[in-house]
Amino acid sequence: MPEILDQARTQVLENGVGLDEAGVLAVLNLPDEHLPAALQLAHEVRMRWCGPEVEVEGIVSLKTGGCPEDCHFCSQSGLFTSPVRAVWLDIPSLVEAAKQTAKTGATEFCIVAAVRGPDDRLMRQLREGVAAIRAEVDIQVAASVGMLTQEQVDELVEMGVHRYNHNLETCRSYFPNVVTTHSWEERWETLRMVRESGMEVCCGGILGLGETVEQRAEFAAQLAELDPHEVPLNFLNPRPGTPLEDRSVVEGKDALRAIAAFRLAMPRTILRYAGGRELTLGDLGTRSGLLGGINAVIVGNYLTTLGRPATTDLELLQDLKMPVKALSATL
Amino acid sequence: MSSDTTGPAPPGTSTRVGAPAGTAAFWCDRCGTPAGEGDHTACRAARQWEPPRHCGHCRRRMKVQVLPISWAAVCVEHGETRA
Repeated sequence: MPEILDQARTQVLENGVGLDEAGVLAVLNLPDEHLPAALQLAHEVRMRWCGPEVEVEGIVSLKTGGCPEDCHFCSQSGLFTSPVRAVWLDIPSLVEAAKQTAKTGATEFCIVAAVRGPDDRLMRQLREGVAAIRAEVDIQVAASVGMLTQEQVDELVEMGVHRYNHNLETCRSYFPNVVTTHSWEERWETLRMVRESGMEVCCGGILGLGETVEQRAEFAAQLAELDPHEVPLNFLNPRPGTPLEDRSVVEGKDALRAIAAFRLAMPRTILRYAGGRELTLGDLGTRSGLLGGINAVIVGNYLTTLGRPATTDLELLQDLKMPVKALSATL
Repeated sequence: MSSDTTGPAPPGTSTRVGAPAGTAAFWCDRCGTPAGEGDHTACRAARQWEPPRHCGHCRRRMKVQVLPISWAAVCVEHGETRA
């Protein structure tokens, strides 16, 4: 057994203290023959500190495309020649999407907008949409509408948004290679305000942006310092027209190593499968990740791309005897 | 599923509303280049995980709304495709 896994067994599994950056790096550098042991330990950590339940979420784009920012992975930036056109979702369609999501057994519904930060129009649309969903659908509402002012944070709390997603996307040292129109620190400032407001913090990122393994470990450590309630883990799905369109997808084993490592860095967080897993992991890898530290999934489609049918994931959870977290458990 | 909807990429269960009867798709609904020219193998593979972005009949970029369990793509000239 590699020394890092022995150390993690005591430190993380028994004592609930996450690995530091050097420990995460050691896990990320484990040779293939030790990957099953790392996944098994990460699964034990998840079961010990989070339990067997899996949190299911659906996401929807309220405002698609036309974003002024230049996140190099994103097909919704208006600065690239992406085929994605700008479109707004109307409120009845938003409520219908929430109803569809609730029918899958999901307890979370995240409303997302491709913006730098919300303007008055978007805040009005969000207020109306959240109120309509809360009136008609039994589901928790989360939001992801970019960088916020303190006033906007307060307004989201008042609307009843219980969790706010704002991904750091990658580690601090690599961020300028991925985004130039705003800084990592600006994102961190929004996260600070969200945390202080009492909303749950949802913050993750994308692996496979060109970061080194060392930078992947740096990212895990920075997320652990933030200590978010939830970490969505995406794997780059290279989008046509973006600066990263020619990048290769993350190798399945590297993705699984990252899942185990992030779990060992953050034993108590909700670690969620997000975009790109279909390409990177396929069916078999998806199963391995759920047995290697993942305890939440986005079901169905993403914002501009398609995911596996919700029923496929729900059947997998049933097969793995992992109960879907009930709404009563989230309130 | 109608056969004249989306160029070379089979979207599974997509349905076009208001499609011109009998007109075959000419453009690849993913990359927007002529469907009959070049290799669209990668486009077909990618379309498993993507909605169409270009109208197969006129190449226009469509307004596409992806929802948790469905999607809809609208061409101003040729109507809506959804799945």
